[in-house]
Amino acid sequence: MRNKATSLSWIEFLITRLVKASGYSAIVFVGLIFFFLMGEGLPALAETSLSSLLSTRWYPIEGYYGLLPLIGGSLVVTLGATLVAVPVGIGTAVFISEIAPRWLREILKPLVEVLGGFPSVVLGFLGVLVLSPFLREFLGLPTGLTALAGSLLLGGIAIPTVVSVAEDALDAVPRSYRDAALALGATQWQTIWRVTLPAARSGVLTAVMLGVGRAIGETMAVMMVTGNAPVLRLGLEALFMPTRTMTATIAAEMGEVANGSEHYHVLFLIGIALFLISLAINVTASALVFRQHKRSERILS
Amino acid sequence: MRFALRFLPGLLCALALILAGCSDSDGGETSQEAAAYIENKGSDTMVNLALAWAEAYQALNPQVRISVTGGGSGTGIAALINGTVDIANASRQIKAEEMAAGAAPVEFVVARDAIAIIVNPENPVDQLTLQQISDIYSGIYDNWSQVGGEDRPIVRLSRETNSGTHVYFLEEVLRLGQKDNKTFFTPETLLLPSSEGITTEVRQNPNAIGYDGLGYVTPDVKVVAVARDASGPYVMPSAESVNNDQYPIARDLYMYTAGQPSGAIADYIQWLFSAEAQAIVVELGFVPVAVP
Repeated sequence: MRNKATSLSWIEFLITRLVKASGYSAIVFVGLIFFFLMGEGLPALAETSLSSLLSTRWYPIEGYYGLLPLIGGSLVVTLGATLVAVPVGIGTAVFISEIAPRWLREILKPLVEVLGGFPSVVLGFLGVLVLSPFLREFLGLPTGLTALAGSLLLGGIAIPTVVSVAEDALDAVPRSYRDAALALGATQWQTIWRVTLPAARSGVLTAVMLGVGRAIGETMAVMMVTGNAPVLRLGLEALFMPTRTMTATIAAEMGEVANGSEHYHVLFLIGIALFLISLAINVTASALVFRQHKRSERILS
Repeated sequence: MRFALRFLPGLLCALALILAGCSDSDGGETSQEAAAYIENKGSDTMVNLALAWAEAYQALNPQVRISVTGGGSGTGIAALINGTVDIANASRQIKAEEMAAGAAPVEFVVARDAIAIIVNPENPVDQLTLQQISDIYSGIYDNWSQVGGEDRPIVRLSRETNSGTHVYFLEEVLRLGQKDNKTFFTPETLLLPSSEGITTEVRQNPNAIGYDGLGYVTPDVKVVAVARDASGPYVMPSAESVNNDQYPIARDLYMYTAGQPSGAIADYIQWLFSAEAQAIVVELGFVPVAVP
Protein backbone atom coordinates (compact mmCIF):
# COMPACT_ATOMS: atom_id res chain seq x y z
CA MET A 1 0.00 0.00 0.00
CA ARG A 2 2.62 2.44 1.15
CA ASN A 3 4.83 1.53 -1.77
CA LYS A 4 2.07 2.34 -4.22
CA ALA A 5 1.48 5.73 -2.64
CA THR A 6 5.15 6.74 -2.95
CA SER A 7 5.31 5.61 -6.56
CA LEU A 8 2.14 7.60 -7.28
CA SER A 9 3.59 10.75 -5.79
CA TRP A 10 6.77 10.13 -7.73
CA ILE A 11 4.78 9.90 -10.96
CA GLU A 12 2.93 13.04 -10.04
CA PHE A 13 6.22 14.83 -9.44
CA LEU A 14 7.42 13.76 -12.88
CA ILE A 15 4.23 14.80 -14.63
CA THR A 16 4.18 18.18 -12.92
CA ARG A 17 7.75 18.82 -14.09
CA LEU A 18 6.94 17.69 -17.63
CA VAL A 19 3.93 19.96 -17.89
CA LYS A 20 5.93 22.83 -16.47
CA ALA A 21 8.79 22.20 -18.91
CA SER A 22 6.50 22.14 -21.92
CA GLY A 23 4.91 25.36 -20.71
CA TYR A 24 8.26 27.11 -20.39
CA SER A 25 9.49 25.63 -23.67
CA ALA A 26 6.95 27.77 -25.55
CA ILE A 27 8.62 30.87 -24.10
CA VAL A 28 12.08 29.48 -24.84
CA PHE A 29 11.21 28.75 -28.46
CA VAL A 30 9.71 32.18 -29.08
CA GLY A 31 12.81 33.68 -27.48
CA LEU A 32 15.18 31.58 -29.60
CA ILE A 33 13.31 32.43 -32.81
CA PHE A 34 13.41 36.10 -31.87
CA PHE A 35 17.17 36.11 -31.24
CA PHE A 36 17.82 34.12 -34.41
CA LEU A 37 15.77 36.60 -36.46
CA MET A 38 17.57 39.52 -34.85
CA GLY A 39 20.98 37.95 -35.44
CA GLU A 40 20.28 37.31 -39.13
CA GLY A 41 18.20 40.40 -39.88
CA LEU A 42 19.75 43.30 -38.01
CA PRO A 43 22.99 43.30 -40.08
CA ALA A 44 20.78 44.49 -42.95
CA LEU A 45 20.39 47.83 -41.15
CA ALA A 46 24.17 48.26 -41.24
CA GLU A 47 24.64 47.07 -44.84
CA THR A 48 21.72 48.85 -46.42
CA SER A 49 21.04 52.52 -45.83
CA LEU A 50 17.74 53.41 -44.22
CA SER A 51 16.81 55.61 -47.18
CA SER A 52 17.23 52.58 -49.46
CA LEU A 53 15.06 50.40 -47.20
CA LEU A 54 12.39 53.10 -47.13
CA SER A 55 12.38 53.60 -50.90
CA THR A 56 9.64 52.24 -53.14
CA ARG A 57 11.62 49.99 -55.51
CA TRP A 58 12.07 46.32 -54.64
CA TYR A 59 14.41 44.67 -57.14
CA PRO A 60 16.89 42.63 -55.11
CA ILE A 61 19.02 41.24 -57.96
CA GLU A 62 20.17 44.80 -58.72
CA GLY A 63 20.44 45.88 -55.06
CA TYR A 64 17.16 47.77 -54.65
CA TYR A 65 15.68 46.89 -51.25
CA GLY A 66 12.72 49.25 -50.77
CA LEU A 67 10.43 47.59 -48.20
CA LEU A 68 7.51 50.02 -48.46
CA PRO A 69 5.72 48.29 -51.39
CA LEU A 70 5.91 44.95 -49.55
CA ILE A 71 4.62 46.35 -46.25
CA GLY A 72 1.89 48.20 -48.15
CA GLY A 73 0.96 45.02 -50.02
CA SER A 74 0.67 42.98 -46.83
CA LEU A 75 -1.42 45.69 -45.15
CA VAL A 76 -3.83 46.02 -48.08
CA VAL A 77 -4.33 42.28 -48.44
CA THR A 78 -4.69 41.74 -44.69
CA LEU A 79 -7.10 44.66 -44.30
CA GLY A 80 -9.19 43.36 -47.18
CA ALA A 81 -9.19 39.86 -45.70
CA THR A 82 -10.27 41.24 -42.31
CA LEU A 83 -13.15 43.14 -43.91
CA VAL A 84 -14.28 39.85 -45.48
CA ALA A 85 -13.63 37.47 -42.60
CA VAL A 86 -14.89 39.47 -39.60
CA PRO A 87 -18.51 40.22 -40.64
CA VAL A 88 -19.00 36.85 -42.31
CA GLY A 89 -17.22 34.96 -39.53
CA ILE A 90 -19.09 36.63 -36.67
CA GLY A 91 -22.36 36.39 -38.59
CA THR A 92 -21.83 32.66 -39.07
CA ALA A 93 -20.90 32.23 -35.41
CA VAL A 94 -24.06 34.08 -34.29
CA PHE A 95 -26.17 31.99 -36.64
CA ILE A 96 -24.68 28.70 -35.46
CA SER A 97 -24.83 29.57 -31.78
CA GLU A 98 -28.04 31.61 -31.49
CA ILE A 99 -30.37 31.03 -34.41
CA ALA A 100 -29.80 27.68 -36.12
CA PRO A 101 -31.93 24.74 -34.92
CA ARG A 102 -30.03 22.01 -33.15
CA TRP A 103 -29.77 19.60 -36.12
CA LEU A 104 -28.41 22.29 -38.46
CA ARG A 105 -25.93 23.32 -35.84
CA GLU A 106 -24.66 19.75 -35.56
CA ILE A 107 -23.98 19.79 -39.33
CA LEU A 108 -22.55 23.32 -39.62
CA LYS A 109 -20.03 23.16 -36.79
CA PRO A 110 -17.99 20.20 -38.08
CA LEU A 111 -18.26 21.56 -41.63
CA VAL A 112 -16.65 24.85 -40.58
CA GLU A 113 -13.91 22.92 -38.83
CA VAL A 114 -13.23 20.86 -41.95
CA LEU A 115 -13.00 24.10 -43.93
CA GLY A 116 -10.44 25.32 -41.42
CA GLY A 117 -8.26 22.28 -42.04
CA PHE A 118 -8.23 22.80 -45.81
CA PRO A 119 -4.67 23.16 -47.17
CA SER A 120 -4.28 26.74 -48.35
CA VAL A 121 -2.36 25.72 -51.46
CA VAL A 122 -5.49 23.94 -52.71
CA LEU A 123 -7.47 27.14 -52.20
CA GLY A 124 -4.67 28.85 -54.13
CA PHE A 125 -5.44 26.64 -57.12
CA LEU A 126 -9.10 27.60 -56.89
CA GLY A 127 -8.00 31.23 -56.72
CA VAL A 128 -5.89 31.00 -59.86
CA LEU A 129 -8.28 28.94 -61.96
CA VAL A 130 -11.70 30.21 -60.81
CA LEU A 131 -11.57 33.36 -58.67
CA SER A 132 -9.10 35.48 -60.61
CA PRO A 133 -10.63 34.94 -64.10
CA PHE A 134 -14.05 35.67 -62.57
CA LEU A 135 -12.84 38.92 -60.97
CA ARG A 136 -11.18 40.05 -64.21
CA GLU A 137 -14.34 39.56 -66.26
CA PHE A 138 -16.82 40.69 -63.61
CA LEU A 139 -15.00 43.91 -62.67
CA GLY A 140 -13.36 44.56 -66.06
CA LEU A 141 -9.85 44.58 -64.60
CA PRO A 142 -6.69 44.15 -66.72
CA THR A 143 -5.88 41.03 -64.69
CA GLY A 144 -7.60 39.08 -61.93
CA LEU A 145 -4.35 38.45 -60.05
CA THR A 146 -4.90 41.33 -57.63
CA ALA A 147 -4.87 42.26 -53.96
CA LEU A 148 -8.64 41.74 -54.07
CA ALA A 149 -8.25 38.10 -55.10
CA GLY A 150 -5.75 37.67 -52.27
CA SER A 151 -8.10 39.38 -49.79
CA LEU A 152 -11.08 37.23 -50.72
CA LEU A 153 -9.05 34.04 -50.56
CA LEU A 154 -7.40 34.99 -47.26
CA GLY A 155 -10.76 36.06 -45.91
CA GLY A 156 -12.05 32.60 -46.79
CA ILE A 157 -9.06 31.01 -45.07
CA ALA A 158 -9.52 33.13 -41.93
CA ILE A 159 -13.31 32.66 -41.65
CA PRO A 160 -13.20 29.19 -40.01
CA THR A 161 -10.77 30.48 -37.36
CA VAL A 162 -13.04 33.44 -36.59
CA VAL A 163 -16.18 31.28 -36.59
CA SER A 164 -14.97 28.57 -34.25
CA VAL A 165 -13.43 30.90 -31.66
CA ALA A 166 -16.35 33.38 -31.75
CA GLU A 167 -18.88 30.56 -31.58
CA ASP A 168 -17.19 29.14 -28.48
CA ALA A 169 -17.31 32.59 -26.87
CA LEU A 170 -21.02 33.03 -27.65
CA ASP A 171 -21.70 29.54 -26.37
CA ALA A 172 -20.09 30.42 -23.05
CA VAL A 173 -22.59 33.23 -22.37
CA PRO A 174 -24.95 31.93 -19.65
CA ARG A 175 -28.43 30.92 -20.77
CA SER A 176 -29.92 33.16 -18.06
CA TYR A 177 -28.71 36.35 -19.86
CA ARG A 178 -30.78 35.49 -22.93
CA ASP A 179 -33.76 34.38 -20.84
CA ALA A 180 -33.68 37.64 -18.90
CA ALA A 181 -33.53 39.73 -22.09
CA LEU A 182 -36.39 37.83 -23.71
CA ALA A 183 -38.44 38.04 -20.50
CA LEU A 184 -38.04 41.82 -20.58
CA GLY A 185 -39.64 41.83 -24.01
CA ALA A 186 -36.52 42.11 -26.20
CA THR A 187 -36.72 40.59 -29.67
CA GLN A 188 -34.24 37.88 -30.68
CA TRP A 189 -32.20 40.42 -32.68
CA GLN A 190 -32.11 42.84 -29.71
CA THR A 191 -31.01 40.00 -27.45
CA ILE A 192 -28.16 39.03 -29.79
CA TRP A 193 -27.01 42.59 -30.54
CA ARG A 194 -27.42 44.16 -27.09
CA VAL A 195 -26.87 41.25 -24.70
CA THR A 196 -25.18 38.12 -26.05
CA LEU A 197 -22.56 39.72 -28.32
CA PRO A 198 -21.47 42.35 -25.75
CA ALA A 199 -21.27 39.66 -23.06
CA ALA A 200 -19.02 37.55 -25.32
CA ARG A 201 -17.05 40.58 -26.50
CA SER A 202 -13.63 39.49 -25.26
CA GLY A 203 -13.87 36.09 -26.92
CA VAL A 204 -15.18 37.59 -30.16
CA LEU A 205 -12.29 40.05 -30.14
CA THR A 206 -9.82 37.20 -29.69
CA ALA A 207 -11.47 35.50 -32.67
CA VAL A 208 -10.96 38.62 -34.80
CA MET A 209 -7.31 38.95 -33.78
CA LEU A 210 -6.59 35.29 -34.45
CA GLY A 211 -8.25 35.67 -37.86
CA VAL A 212 -6.09 38.71 -38.67
CA GLY A 213 -3.00 36.79 -37.55
CA ARG A 214 -3.94 33.89 -39.80
CA ALA A 215 -4.39 36.28 -42.72
CA ILE A 216 -1.14 38.19 -42.37
CA GLY A 217 0.95 35.04 -42.02
CA GLU A 218 -0.55 33.12 -44.93
CA THR A 219 1.91 32.66 -47.79
CA MET A 220 1.24 30.08 -50.44
CA ALA A 221 -2.27 31.03 -51.51
CA VAL A 222 -1.33 34.71 -51.53
CA MET A 223 1.74 34.12 -53.66
CA MET A 224 -0.38 32.30 -56.22
CA VAL A 225 -3.13 34.90 -56.66
CA THR A 226 -1.80 38.41 -55.95
CA GLY A 227 0.50 38.74 -58.98
CA ASN A 228 3.50 39.70 -56.78
CA ALA A 229 4.17 43.09 -58.40
CA PRO A 230 6.02 45.25 -55.84
CA VAL A 231 4.30 48.59 -56.39
CA LEU A 232 3.35 50.96 -53.56
CA ARG A 233 -0.18 52.20 -54.15
CA LEU A 234 -2.22 54.45 -51.92
CA GLY A 235 -5.98 54.68 -51.99
CA LEU A 236 -8.75 52.35 -53.03
CA GLU A 237 -7.20 51.43 -56.41
CA ALA A 238 -4.57 49.41 -54.49
CA LEU A 239 -7.19 46.72 -53.92
CA PHE A 240 -7.82 46.21 -57.64
CA MET A 241 -4.17 46.01 -58.72
CA PRO A 242 -1.51 43.31 -58.37
CA THR A 243 0.49 43.55 -55.19
CA ARG A 244 3.35 41.76 -53.41
CA THR A 245 3.19 40.76 -49.75
CA MET A 246 6.04 40.31 -47.27
CA THR A 247 5.38 36.60 -46.80
CA ALA A 248 5.29 35.89 -50.54
CA THR A 249 8.58 37.77 -50.97
CA ILE A 250 10.33 35.67 -48.35
CA ALA A 251 8.91 32.44 -49.77
CA ALA A 252 9.79 33.29 -53.36
CA GLU A 253 13.30 34.56 -52.75
CA MET A 254 14.68 32.71 -49.72
CA GLY A 255 15.54 29.61 -51.74
CA GLU A 256 18.13 31.27 -53.94
CA VAL A 257 19.94 33.85 -51.83
CA ALA A 258 23.56 33.29 -50.95
CA ASN A 259 23.94 32.73 -47.20
CA GLY A 260 25.01 35.90 -45.40
CA SER A 261 24.52 38.22 -48.40
CA GLU A 262 22.82 41.61 -48.16
CA HIS A 263 19.68 40.23 -49.80
CA TYR A 264 19.63 37.37 -47.24
CA HIS A 265 19.80 39.80 -44.32
CA VAL A 266 17.08 42.01 -45.80
CA LEU A 267 14.77 39.00 -46.14
CA PHE A 268 15.31 38.30 -42.44
CA LEU A 269 14.60 41.96 -41.72
CA ILE A 270 11.22 41.41 -43.41
CA GLY A 271 10.82 38.41 -41.10
CA ILE A 272 11.48 40.66 -38.09
CA ALA A 273 8.87 43.13 -39.36
CA LEU A 274 6.32 40.31 -39.68
CA PHE A 275 7.22 39.03 -36.22
CA LEU A 276 6.74 42.50 -34.71
CA ILE A 277 3.41 42.98 -36.49
CA SER A 278 2.01 39.68 -35.24
CA LEU A 279 3.40 40.44 -31.77
CA ALA A 280 1.62 43.81 -31.84
CA ILE A 281 -1.64 42.13 -32.88
CA ASN A 282 -1.39 39.61 -30.06
CA VAL A 283 -0.46 42.20 -27.44
CA THR A 284 -3.35 44.45 -28.52
CA ALA A 285 -5.72 41.52 -28.37
CA SER A 286 -4.69 40.40 -24.90
CA ALA A 287 -4.66 44.00 -23.63
CA LEU A 288 -8.23 44.47 -24.85
CA VAL A 289 -9.33 41.17 -23.36
CA PHE A 290 -7.63 42.06 -20.09
CA ARG A 291 -9.37 45.44 -19.91
CA GLN A 292 -12.64 43.72 -20.61
CA HIS A 293 -12.11 41.37 -17.68
CA LYS A 294 -11.42 44.23 -15.33
CA ARG A 295 -14.57 46.02 -16.34
CA SER A 296 -16.75 42.97 -15.83
CA GLU A 297 -15.13 42.43 -12.47
CA ARG A 298 -15.99 46.02 -11.57
CA ILE A 299 -19.60 45.50 -12.54
CA LEU A 300 -19.84 42.33 -10.51
CA SER A 301 -18.33 43.81 -7.37
CA MET B 1 -6.17 -3.26 -32.53
CA ARG B 2 -7.40 -6.67 -33.66
CA PHE B 3 -7.57 -5.26 -37.16
CA ALA B 4 -3.92 -4.20 -37.02
CA LEU B 5 -2.82 -7.57 -35.63
CA ARG B 6 -4.49 -9.43 -38.45
CA PHE B 7 -2.46 -7.51 -40.99
CA LEU B 8 0.82 -7.48 -39.14
CA PRO B 9 2.15 -10.85 -40.43
CA GLY B 10 1.25 -9.82 -43.99
CA LEU B 11 3.05 -6.52 -43.58
CA LEU B 12 6.12 -8.22 -42.20
CA CYS B 13 6.14 -10.65 -45.11
CA ALA B 14 5.86 -7.80 -47.61
CA LEU B 15 8.69 -5.94 -45.88
CA ALA B 16 10.86 -9.03 -45.93
CA LEU B 17 10.15 -9.54 -49.63
CA ILE B 18 11.06 -5.94 -50.45
CA LEU B 19 14.30 -6.20 -48.52
CA ALA B 20 15.14 -9.53 -50.13
CA GLY B 21 14.32 -8.10 -53.56
CA CYS B 22 16.62 -5.16 -53.04
CA SER B 23 19.58 -7.17 -51.90
CA ASP B 24 19.05 -9.59 -54.78
CA SER B 25 19.17 -6.92 -57.46
CA ASP B 26 22.22 -5.35 -55.80
CA GLY B 27 24.03 -8.67 -55.81
CA GLY B 28 23.03 -9.37 -59.40
CA GLU B 29 24.71 -6.26 -60.83
CA THR B 30 28.42 -5.50 -61.00
CA SER B 31 29.32 -7.24 -57.79
CA GLN B 32 31.87 -5.15 -55.90
CA GLU B 33 31.06 -1.66 -57.40
CA ALA B 34 28.93 0.27 -54.92
CA ALA B 35 25.86 1.98 -56.36
CA ALA B 36 26.78 5.54 -57.40
CA TYR B 37 24.46 8.31 -56.31
CA ILE B 38 24.32 11.62 -58.17
CA GLU B 39 22.45 14.68 -56.82
CA ASN B 40 21.30 17.03 -59.57
CA LYS B 41 19.52 20.33 -58.80
CA GLY B 42 18.77 23.75 -60.26
CA SER B 43 17.00 25.48 -63.13
CA ASP B 44 13.25 24.91 -63.37
CA THR B 45 13.54 25.35 -67.13
CA MET B 46 15.80 22.30 -67.27
CA VAL B 47 14.08 20.10 -64.69
CA ASN B 48 12.03 18.08 -67.21
CA LEU B 49 15.06 17.64 -69.44
CA ALA B 50 17.29 16.61 -66.54
CA LEU B 51 14.64 14.14 -65.36
CA ALA B 52 14.31 12.56 -68.80
CA TRP B 53 18.10 12.27 -69.05
CA ALA B 54 18.34 10.75 -65.58
CA GLU B 55 15.65 8.17 -66.36
CA ALA B 56 17.23 7.14 -69.63
CA TYR B 57 20.69 6.93 -68.07
CA GLN B 58 19.47 4.89 -65.11
CA ALA B 59 17.80 2.45 -67.50
CA LEU B 60 21.19 1.94 -69.17
CA ASN B 61 23.20 1.92 -65.92
CA PRO B 62 21.07 0.46 -63.11
CA GLN B 63 23.89 0.80 -60.57
CA VAL B 64 23.68 4.63 -60.84
CA ARG B 65 20.99 6.58 -58.99
CA ILE B 66 20.34 10.16 -60.07
CA SER B 67 18.00 12.43 -58.12
CA VAL B 68 16.78 15.55 -59.92
CA THR B 69 15.15 18.57 -58.28
CA GLY B 70 14.30 22.10 -59.48
CA GLY B 71 14.21 25.35 -57.53
CA GLY B 72 15.88 27.78 -59.93
CA SER B 73 19.37 28.28 -61.35
CA GLY B 74 20.53 30.33 -58.37
CA THR B 75 19.28 27.67 -55.97
CA GLY B 76 21.19 24.95 -57.82
CA ILE B 77 24.44 26.89 -57.94
CA ALA B 78 24.13 27.83 -54.26
CA ALA B 79 23.68 24.13 -53.45
CA LEU B 80 26.75 23.24 -55.55
CA ILE B 81 28.81 25.82 -53.66
CA ASN B 82 27.49 24.49 -50.33
CA GLY B 83 28.47 21.00 -51.43
CA THR B 84 24.97 19.47 -51.19
CA VAL B 85 24.68 18.54 -54.90
CA ASP B 86 27.05 17.01 -57.46
CA ILE B 87 25.69 18.72 -60.55
CA ALA B 88 23.94 22.13 -60.72
CA ASN B 89 21.64 22.90 -63.66
CA ALA B 90 21.56 26.53 -64.75
CA SER B 91 19.72 28.35 -67.51
CA ARG B 92 22.13 31.29 -67.14
CA GLN B 93 25.89 31.46 -67.00
CA ILE B 94 27.42 31.40 -63.51
CA LYS B 95 28.07 34.85 -62.01
CA ALA B 96 31.56 36.01 -61.12
CA GLU B 97 30.81 36.06 -57.37
CA GLU B 98 29.39 32.52 -57.54
CA MET B 99 32.51 31.42 -59.43
CA ALA B 100 34.67 32.93 -56.68
CA ALA B 101 32.70 31.32 -53.83
CA GLY B 102 35.05 28.34 -53.62
CA ALA B 103 33.64 25.26 -55.32
CA ALA B 104 35.73 25.83 -58.50
CA PRO B 105 32.72 25.13 -60.75
CA VAL B 106 33.38 23.61 -64.20
CA GLU B 107 30.97 24.53 -66.97
CA PHE B 108 29.28 22.28 -69.58
CA VAL B 109 26.87 23.57 -72.23
CA VAL B 110 24.48 20.62 -72.46
CA ALA B 111 21.65 22.01 -74.61
CA ARG B 112 20.22 25.23 -76.01
CA ASP B 113 16.86 26.83 -75.43
CA ALA B 114 14.72 29.47 -77.09
CA ILE B 115 12.55 31.82 -75.03
CA ALA B 116 9.12 32.03 -76.63
CA ILE B 117 7.03 35.19 -76.27
CA ILE B 118 3.46 34.07 -75.65
CA VAL B 119 0.10 35.85 -75.77
CA ASN B 120 -3.53 34.80 -75.55
CA PRO B 121 -4.90 33.21 -78.76
CA GLU B 122 -7.53 36.01 -78.92
CA ASN B 123 -4.78 38.62 -79.22
CA PRO B 124 -4.36 39.65 -82.90
CA VAL B 125 -0.69 40.66 -82.40
CA ASP B 126 1.49 37.98 -83.96
CA GLN B 127 4.86 39.67 -84.40
CA LEU B 128 7.06 41.98 -82.30
CA THR B 129 10.57 43.37 -82.50
CA LEU B 130 13.01 43.02 -79.60
CA GLN B 131 12.75 46.79 -79.06
CA GLN B 132 8.95 46.57 -78.80
CA ILE B 133 9.17 43.72 -76.28
CA SER B 134 11.69 45.70 -74.27
CA ASP B 135 9.43 48.77 -74.32
CA ILE B 136 6.43 46.68 -73.26
CA TYR B 137 8.24 45.19 -70.26
CA SER B 138 9.93 48.45 -69.23
CA GLY B 139 6.55 50.16 -69.13
CA ILE B 140 6.87 52.52 -72.14
CA TYR B 141 3.96 50.80 -73.89
CA ASP B 142 0.84 50.34 -71.79
CA ASN B 143 -1.74 49.41 -74.39
CA TRP B 144 -1.79 46.72 -77.05
CA SER B 145 -2.88 49.32 -79.66
CA GLN B 146 0.64 50.82 -79.45
CA VAL B 147 2.12 47.65 -80.93
CA GLY B 148 -0.59 46.96 -83.50
CA GLY B 149 -3.18 45.22 -81.35
CA GLU B 150 -6.62 45.98 -79.92
CA ASP B 151 -7.32 48.73 -77.40
CA ARG B 152 -6.54 46.67 -74.31
CA PRO B 153 -4.23 47.26 -71.34
CA ILE B 154 -1.02 45.20 -71.37
CA VAL B 155 -0.53 42.83 -68.43
CA ARG B 156 3.14 41.79 -68.30
CA LEU B 157 4.03 38.44 -66.78
CA SER B 158 7.50 37.38 -65.74
CA ARG B 159 9.19 34.66 -63.71
CA GLU B 160 10.41 35.50 -60.18
CA THR B 161 13.83 37.14 -59.86
CA ASN B 162 15.49 33.86 -58.73
CA SER B 163 14.79 32.36 -62.14
CA GLY B 164 17.65 32.14 -64.65
CA THR B 165 15.08 32.90 -67.33
CA HIS B 166 14.26 36.20 -65.61
CA VAL B 167 17.91 37.27 -65.55
CA TYR B 168 18.44 36.21 -69.15
CA PHE B 169 15.33 38.07 -70.29
CA LEU B 170 16.44 41.20 -68.41
CA GLU B 171 19.91 41.20 -69.95
CA GLU B 172 19.21 40.05 -73.49
CA VAL B 173 15.71 41.41 -74.18
CA LEU B 174 14.98 44.36 -71.85
CA ARG B 175 18.54 45.66 -72.08
CA LEU B 176 19.01 44.33 -75.63
CA GLY B 177 22.33 42.75 -74.62
CA GLN B 178 23.90 46.17 -73.95
CA LYS B 179 26.08 46.10 -70.83
CA ASP B 180 25.58 49.79 -69.92
CA ASN B 181 21.81 49.70 -70.47
CA LYS B 182 20.02 50.13 -67.11
CA THR B 183 16.46 49.46 -68.22
CA PHE B 184 14.28 47.77 -65.57
CA PHE B 185 11.18 45.66 -65.63
CA THR B 186 8.38 48.07 -64.74
CA PRO B 187 7.34 47.33 -61.13
CA GLU B 188 3.86 46.68 -62.55
CA THR B 189 5.21 43.41 -64.00
CA LEU B 190 3.56 40.42 -62.36
CA LEU B 191 6.19 38.06 -60.96
CA LEU B 192 4.82 34.53 -61.01
CA PRO B 193 6.51 31.68 -59.16
CA SER B 194 6.33 29.11 -61.97
CA SER B 195 6.22 28.56 -65.73
CA GLU B 196 2.80 26.98 -65.25
CA GLY B 197 1.58 30.15 -63.53
CA ILE B 198 2.52 32.19 -66.60
CA THR B 199 0.94 29.73 -69.04
CA THR B 200 -2.29 29.58 -66.99
CA GLU B 201 -2.68 33.37 -66.88
CA VAL B 202 -1.82 33.84 -70.59
CA ARG B 203 -4.31 31.12 -71.54
CA GLN B 204 -7.21 32.84 -69.80
CA ASN B 205 -6.33 36.55 -70.03
CA PRO B 206 -6.42 38.30 -73.44
CA ASN B 207 -4.45 41.26 -71.99
CA ALA B 208 -1.46 39.19 -70.95
CA ILE B 209 2.02 38.79 -72.44
CA GLY B 210 4.51 36.33 -71.02
CA TYR B 211 7.71 34.49 -71.80
CA ASP B 212 8.64 30.88 -71.28
CA GLY B 213 11.17 28.30 -72.37
CA LEU B 214 10.19 26.74 -75.71
CA GLY B 215 9.85 23.34 -74.04
CA TYR B 216 7.09 24.69 -71.79
CA VAL B 217 4.86 26.27 -74.41
CA THR B 218 1.47 24.56 -74.58
CA PRO B 219 -0.74 24.49 -77.69
CA ASP B 220 -3.42 26.67 -76.07
CA VAL B 221 -1.31 29.84 -76.05
CA LYS B 222 -0.09 31.82 -79.07
CA VAL B 223 3.63 32.17 -79.80
CA VAL B 224 4.70 35.51 -81.27
CA ALA B 225 7.28 35.79 -84.08
CA VAL B 226 10.23 37.97 -83.07
CA ALA B 227 12.58 40.15 -85.14
CA ARG B 228 15.95 41.65 -84.12
CA ASP B 229 14.81 45.02 -85.54
CA ALA B 230 11.97 46.46 -87.55
CA SER B 231 13.65 45.64 -90.89
CA GLY B 232 14.66 42.08 -89.98
CA PRO B 233 12.62 38.97 -90.64
CA TYR B 234 10.09 37.94 -87.99
CA VAL B 235 11.03 34.43 -86.89
CA MET B 236 9.11 31.78 -84.94
CA PRO B 237 11.17 29.91 -82.35
CA SER B 238 12.11 26.34 -83.36
CA ALA B 239 15.10 24.02 -83.28
CA GLU B 240 16.14 25.13 -86.77
CA SER B 241 15.74 28.86 -86.23
CA VAL B 242 17.77 28.63 -83.01
CA ASN B 243 20.57 26.57 -84.53
CA ASN B 244 21.03 28.86 -87.52
CA ASP B 245 20.86 31.95 -85.24
CA GLN B 246 17.73 33.33 -86.89
CA TYR B 247 15.64 33.47 -83.70
CA PRO B 248 17.03 36.26 -81.50
CA ILE B 249 16.07 35.08 -77.98
CA ALA B 250 18.05 31.86 -77.53
CA ARG B 251 20.48 30.83 -74.87
CA ASP B 252 22.73 28.01 -73.73
CA LEU B 253 21.71 25.65 -70.91
CA TYR B 254 24.49 24.73 -68.50
CA MET B 255 25.50 22.08 -66.03
CA TYR B 256 28.13 22.84 -63.43
CA THR B 257 30.21 20.42 -61.38
CA ALA B 258 32.44 21.25 -58.42
CA GLY B 259 35.89 20.84 -59.96
CA GLN B 260 36.64 18.50 -62.89
CA PRO B 261 34.13 15.65 -62.58
CA SER B 262 35.37 12.14 -62.00
CA GLY B 263 33.95 8.62 -61.74
CA ALA B 264 30.20 8.21 -62.20
CA ILE B 265 29.60 11.96 -62.59
CA ALA B 266 32.15 12.22 -65.42
CA ASP B 267 30.58 9.21 -67.16
CA TYR B 268 27.13 10.79 -66.88
CA ILE B 269 28.25 14.17 -68.23
CA GLN B 270 30.02 12.46 -71.13
CA TRP B 271 26.86 10.50 -71.92
CA LEU B 272 24.85 13.76 -72.12
CA PHE B 273 26.70 14.61 -75.33
CA SER B 274 25.85 11.28 -76.96
CA ALA B 275 23.39 11.07 -79.86
CA GLU B 276 20.90 9.30 -77.61
CA ALA B 277 20.91 11.98 -74.91
CA GLN B 278 20.71 14.80 -77.42
CA ALA B 279 17.73 13.08 -79.09
CA ILE B 280 15.89 13.51 -75.76
CA VAL B 281 16.70 17.23 -75.97
CA VAL B 282 14.87 17.44 -79.29
CA GLU B 283 11.95 15.42 -77.96
CA LEU B 284 11.37 17.91 -75.11
CA GLY B 285 11.35 20.95 -77.39
CA PHE B 286 14.87 22.17 -76.67
CA VAL B 287 17.72 22.50 -79.12
CA PRO B 288 20.62 19.99 -79.15
CA VAL B 289 24.23 21.14 -78.90
CA ALA B 290 26.06 18.31 -80.66
CA VAL B 291 24.56 17.32 -84.01
CA PRO B 292 23.43 13.73 -83.45
